[in-house]
Amino acid sequence: MRTQNNKAWFLVLPVLLLVAFNGLIPIMTVVNYSVQETFGNNLFFWEGLGWFEQILRSDRFHAALGRQFLFTGMILAIEVPLGIAIALSMPKSGFWVPVCLVTMALPMLIPWNVVGSMWNIFTLPDIGLLGYFLNHTLGITYDMTQNPVAAWATVIVMDVWHWTSLVVLLSYAGLIAIPDAYYQAAKIDGANGWKVFRYIQLPKMKTVLTIAILLRFMDSFNIYTEPFTLTGGGPGNSTTLLSIDLVKIALGQFDLGPAAAMSLIYFAITLLVSWVFYTLMTKDDVK
Amino acid sequence: MKKRYLVPFFYILFLLLPIYWLVAMSFKTTNEILGGFSLFPQQFTLENYREIFTDPTWYWGYINSILYVSINTVLSVAVALPAAYAFSRYRFLGDKHLFFWLLTNRMAPAAVFALPFFQLYSAVGLFDTHIAVALAHCLFNIPLAVWILEGFMGGVPKELDETAYVDGYSFSKFFAKIFLPTIKAGVGVTAFFCFMFSWVELLLAKTLTAVEAKPIAAVMTRTASSAGYELGLLAAAGTLTIIPGAIVIYFVRNYIAKGFALGRV
Repeated sequence: MRTQNNKAWFLVLPVLLLVAFNGLIPIMTVVNYSVQETFGNNLFFWEGLGWFEQILRSDRFHAALGRQFLFTGMILAIEVPLGIAIALSMPKSGFWVPVCLVTMALPMLIPWNVVGSMWNIFTLPDIGLLGYFLNHTLGITYDMTQNPVAAWATVIVMDVWHWTSLVVLLSYAGLIAIPDAYYQAAKIDGANGWKVFRYIQLPKMKTVLTIAILLRFMDSFNIYTEPFTLTGGGPGNSTTLLSIDLVKIALGQFDLGPAAAMSLIYFAITLLVSWVFYTLMTKDDVK
Repeated sequence: MKKRYLVPFFYILFLLLPIYWLVAMSFKTTNEILGGFSLFPQQFTLENYREIFTDPTWYWGYINSILYVSINTVLSVAVALPAAYAFSRYRFLGDKHLFFWLLTNRMAPAAVFALPFFQLYSAVGLFDTHIAVALAHCLFNIPLAVWILEGFMGGVPKELDETAYVDGYSFSKFFAKIFLPTIKAGVGVTAFFCFMFSWVELLLAKTLTAVEAKPIAAVMTRTASSAGYELGLLAAAGTLTIIPGAIVIYFVRNYIAKGFALGRV
């Protein structure tokens, strides 16, 4: 049981100040831009909620948002089950455990633009390993820069390559924490593999899976660098995810007002979905 | 070998293929790379690496990155420790809201903050310093650090604190002498995550630096656009960015799985 003590605020204060400096000031700057119009020269005019209305009605935003949800949905649908499956089939102890963990964590430690460039050269049709294999060994015509389906597949496979290990590591941590007694009890009761998974392993992995799903949702929803380095949002606009579109508007066209309004809508959607996930997954926790 | 081990085996194979391709390319000359497909380097060369280790723009890129990542990791863990202790041991006014607010910062897309960050750090005169990037990365690393550490601390029974206070330990002495050693696995895992997320982030690091503190990833994009497309050199630079992470993960390899399970997070 935690005790009531308002002096604990002093312990939180450094964190509060640092995060507020980095979080509150920039977000207020964004709010400030979002309600104004500028023609350069530091001249600003009050615009009210006009930008918000314009963004919410624009087809371009709807299209980018749709692509973003499709991307994140596919990422979660692939990485979460795959990560659990890999964690379940990993050895529980012995020499190979650290070997597996270290090699699996490797992709997560590579800077994001390197990940993008790496997959770019990996998939080049004539000189990349994957591109060459698909085009010349299997005879499938594969060119990410021409074909939107190929571009999508590459972006998805890249993200699966990059982040499935996070789900594996977290699920594995949850799995090895289950005492042997649980499995013995299940054996005595004659439970089959599926039942052991459904009634012992899955409930015991629930907390770590909550973290894994939340982190994967937030990060895949905000993804920018890797797909941008890989495809540049193309071919056409086919892989222009929400943040790529945002950076195009903010830094490419320097439309600060619409970009700021879009940022806030974007942030609000991320918050809302995370909150829904969080509430759904923790609702039957015993408080 | 048990049949189910084929799953992690093929997964690891899939993970290593693109990495192998990057490493293999780093030992090729750019002409060989563009000349055609070869599974292994035909004219094995260390020229790409030699160039990186002799050109200050290149190797300073690495030093800059390592500097700001280290500052960020130390800072994040140092301020997150007392905060996580407060969240795990006390109830106080607004604690739940504060915790959720902290997490919301982890959800903000970096793309949203790029321009305001540039203006903020220019205004306080920190633009193009290591401190600027280290501070900016606190935005997403501190919430994560508090989150992970709070989980670990929740796994430590409160009796430990109470016994120590009864024995006459002051808060600071208890924290340093007893509590920290108890959760050292948690500190290791937290430091690993902070290192990782700061090392791989590029958008903010690039926005906040120009010359003096330019990270390696930004040096790479500059080379890609200005000096033609020197694939061999880029591959070598990319290969070298994997090494610091590999070293760090080696140190926490025994904690990483056990560590997470120990905390209830």
